Amino acid sequence: MAPQKLVVIGTGMASGRLLEHLFEIAPGAYEVTLFNAEPRGCYNRIMLSPVLSGEKSFQEIVTHDEAWYEDHGVTCRFGERVTAVDRDRKVVVGEKGEVAYDKLVIATGSAPFIIPVPGKDLKGVVAYRDLEDTNAMIEAAGNPGSRAVVIGGGLLGLEAAAGLRLRGMEVTVLHLMGHLMERQLDASAGHLLKQDLERRGIEVMLQASTQEITGTGKVEAVKLADGTELKADIVVMAVGIRPETTVAKAAGLEVGRGMVVNAQMESVSDPDIYGLGECVEFDGAVFGLVAPLYDQAKVLAKTLAGEADAFTVRQLSTKLKVTGCDLFSAGDFNDGEGRQDIVFRDPARGVYKRLVIENDRLIGAVFYGDTADSNWFFGLIQTGEDISANRDTLIFGPAYQGGASVDPLAAVAALPDEAEICGCNGVCKGQIVTAIENGASDLAAVRAVTKASGSCGTCTGLVEQVLAVTLGDEFSMPAEQPMCGCTDLTHEDVRRLIKGQELKSMPAVWQAGAWKTPDGCHSCRPALNFYLLADWPVEYKDDPQSRFINERKHANIQKDGTFSVMPRMWGGITTPDELRAIADAADKYKVPTVKVTGGQRIDLLGIKGEDLPAIWADLNAAGMVSGHAYSKGLRTVKTCVGTDHCRFGTQDSTGLGIKLEKALWGSWTPHKVKLAVSGCPRNCAEATCKDVGVICVDSGYQIGVGGAAGMDLKETERLADAKTEEEAIELAIAFIQLYRENARYLDRPYKWLGKVGLPWVKARVVDDLAERRRLVDAFLLSQTIYQKDPWAEHVREQAERYAPIADITLEAAE
Amino acid sequence: MTNIEWLDLGLLSDIPFRGARKVKTPQGCVAVFRTADDAVFAVSDSCPHKAGPLSEGIVHGNKVTCPLHNWVFSLETGEAQGADDGQIPTYPTRVEDDRVFLDVTLLRRRDVA
Ligand code: SRM
Ligand SMILES: Cc1cc2nc3c(=O)[nH]c(=O)nc-3n(C[C@H](O)[C@H](O)[C@H](O)COP(=O)(O)OP(=O)(O)OC[C@H]3O[C@@H](n4cnc5c(N)ncnc54)[C@H](O)[C@@H]3O)c2cc1C
Ligand code: SF4
Ligand code: FES
Repeated sequence: MAPQKLVVIGTGMASGRLLEHLFEIAPGAYEVTLFNAEPRGCYNRIMLSPVLSGEKSFQEIVTHDEAWYEDHGVTCRFGERVTAVDRDRKVVVGEKGEVAYDKLVIATGSAPFIIPVPGKDLKGVVAYRDLEDTNAMIEAAGNPGSRAVVIGGGLLGLEAAAGLRLRGMEVTVLHLMGHLMERQLDASAGHLLKQDLERRGIEVMLQASTQEITGTGKVEAVKLADGTELKADIVVMAVGIRPETTVAKAAGLEVGRGMVVNAQMESVSDPDIYGLGECVEFDGAVFGLVAPLYDQAKVLAKTLAGEADAFTVRQLSTKLKVTGCDLFSAGDFNDGEGRQDIVFRDPARGVYKRLVIENDRLIGAVFYGDTADSNWFFGLIQTGEDISANRDTLIFGPAYQGGASVDPLAAVAALPDEAEICGCNGVCKGQIVTAIENGASDLAAVRAVTKASGSCGTCTGLVEQVLAVTLGDEFSMPAEQPMCGCTDLTHEDVRRLIKGQELKSMPAVWQAGAWKTPDGCHSCRPALNFYLLADWPVEYKDDPQSRFINERKHANIQKDGTFSVMPRMWGGITTPDELRAIADAADKYKVPTVKVTGGQRIDLLGIKGEDLPAIWADLNAAGMVSGHAYSKGLRTVKTCVGTDHCRFGTQDSTGLGIKLEKALWGSWTPHKVKLAVSGCPRNCAEATCKDVGVICVDSGYQIGVGGAAGMDLKETERLADAKTEEEAIELAIAFIQLYRENARYLDRPYKWLGKVGLPWVKARVVDDLAERRRLVDAFLLSQTIYQKDPWAEHVREQAERYAPIADITLEAAE
Repeated sequence: MTNIEWLDLGLLSDIPFRGARKVKTPQGCVAVFRTADDAVFAVSDSCPHKAGPLSEGIVHGNKVTCPLHNWVFSLETGEAQGADDGQIPTYPTRVEDDRVFLDVTLLRRRDVA
């Protein structure tokens, strides 16, 4: 039989593989013409990254050379783009002329997605797809001191960033999402990856939205939506790919996301045309990794040879080709009903492993830092075998399967005396044992004597195990409650950990604290958010999604889902103008209830969520700001009329109250904080049951702390007496800052005081003047960031979030 | 055969991370959630306990905690977790080219009980 004419459009990884198979199983059956828009034959595209980083040369990644094409009689039309296919005449139209076909393969791969921002066409803006892009990057890196901005923190973007960094460029990666490689990694692994990249000197900016690329003639800078501007000599856009379907579409073939093919790789519109590689869509899926394309190539070779075979989509795994960043992900790792997570973290080694199990089968896995066993796990995912028998030890990998179970106590008992237990303080097992033998019989005592577990706290479990091994039955594990089901650590442990290890993000805490869930729960997340912002006001970015609704929407949710709105009324003082504005707002938004609160201000209750930004804007216009009546933060400073009007008043209690409120408002605290200032011991402002209460006397100010009048009733205790207003304010601030730094989330000051004791607090706030200064300065620093009116901010920046994203009630049909 | 009607809700980034937005429908509000893994789920916005607005809850994993009394629901099945008993309706969603689509076939109709 005379050979048939086969034309292949696209010389990529898929079609290269196809021709190898075809010539092997049906030699001489086809006379092949091969088109390629790139001016070269087939090369291993995925190895462009080592070429970029300088670890390989281009020659090393060429897969088929001229001799190979010649040996197999392939007519190469490289550097020639195909512009049309005439299916009636069965010819392919190239830039330099036509070729007739009996069978046609479209293997045009993908086109990089270019985000439609101004400046995208400037010189110096490149994608990352082919040798030309790679060479452009290598050239840019050749200029000393040059800077690169990589848009996109996925597989390609990060490989580009790492390569450019290895070539000595200053590199910033901009990623729109909350963590890197979000399609392949969960937040924890994404965090470790970010850390590793930062250690290499690559700057990573998350939730960074590119607004514009600027420059005259060539790229000079990238502007973000938040106003940040980054200098750039080259911009690499690696935000995603789209199947390249221009030819398929022009030929009139059915194209969805990709060119639609059946399991024989045949176009569903024309039995003489086949699709192959990233340009196709099969069973609703499109492809972006080579493994499935190689399967397709095998199937298509058989189809062309007249043999039966069918393509099926199989599980994929991903690895990042950046030397030193070991990550692996496979399968489905979203959590969900009936699915169980097994999470393993080794904070010291930076290792994170997560398995997702459903119906006793492994269905997904994410590993970071240690991927040695990933192939074994990938095998389990692919075979879908029942893993219930060794579920408990599964995460430890193949080495542990079928062996004896590991007893942690036996392991600790076996440790030599020199084994280091507490890394922070350099305490070894022998020292702890000696301390225990000398009478330290619990964790607190061991900590006091040896300092073990006193810094970051990660070794707390180990120290307890040493106690258990040494004391035997005399030791009972302390019944300290962990923060929540996500971790074994207590609130106190976590606060120590955040300070000791300088943890500045939530994924960092999850990792270091060996969290058992991927991203915490409604109980630990608000606490962590507070701890992080209190300890790292500058570095940590507040996470509204980890806040309870009231603090996220800056209003108090009511039982029917409406909200209450309460503007600040400094020290309980108002004006006719403010009252008119409140009355106007109440009319305009049809507020069902207007109430004078126990906190000396006015509450507007029953407001619809969508109306919040509008009513805030009105109140803002009248000079009022949020009263934070919803926050774990400063609420009110109640005052009495004091010397201004009262015949008994000794000091300006109203004035001091207003000054305190102006200094403290906007700050976040472990629980709410309320103050009051009374002008004399008659105490009309009820200052003796507040978190901080000031009683004015002739000689100055008596500062009381730790009062309660809610679920518990308790009188304040005297912290100090102050001579001046300034000193009174300083003492109040220092006390509140100490509370912010040390208390556990949701402990009011009186509860916290019950744990640490008033003398401990006095020693720091009253007696140690340097410490008082430090506390005040730390508070003021935090206020530079957090003392702002959230209402105005939301009206300005996110009013649309308060509205429904869509409304189909109005257009609804009968 | 019934037709499916997909409503284009806009960009994925219009929904906050670990958060939700509401869609008003003749059947009541639907909450469209986006998780940390960028999975999107749509469920009824009304908690079966005392009608708390679930779109305002804290999202963790593929679950949401009701803001009023802390019932926790699976966003995938709609089932209440733990000791609580209840189920919220779920609706199909799709994400394509970073746009979010909601199947509103059943939600358009006023008459469904
Ligand atoms: C509006 C107000 C009642 C009023 O009409 O006067 C009020 C209303 C609420 N209080 Fe209060 N408290 C109000 C003054 C008080 C006072 C008196 C005071 O501040 O002088 C107390 C006792 C003092 C204290 O704080 O301990 C008070 C002790 C509480 C407690 C118990 C706190 C405790 O630690 O024991 C809670 C529950 C909680 O915070 O966990 C609470 C919680 C609440 C909440 C926020 C319940 C909730 O979580 O939804 C109420 C919101 C109602 C709503 O739907 O808007 N409210 N609450 C008062 C607002 C004052 C303001 O201007 O900001
Ligand atoms: C930098 C980089 C790193 C990667 N790393 C990995 C990895 O680690 N693992 C992995 O599995 N995958 C990786 N990939 C993806 C992998 O390279 C692709 O999945 C694979 O190359 C797709 O093969 P293909 O044959 O479908 O398309 P391609 O290899 O893109 O080939 C298509 C060819 O068709 C040509 N063409 C297009 N239109 C026309 C036309 N009209 N006329 C003529 N010619 C045309 C194009 O010029 C191109 O040369 C990586 C990709 C890149 C860019
Ligand atoms: S006393 Fe109870 S019912 Fe009254 S406002 Fe305070 S929390 Fe609500
Ligand atoms: S209304 Fe949802 S838990 Fe009560």
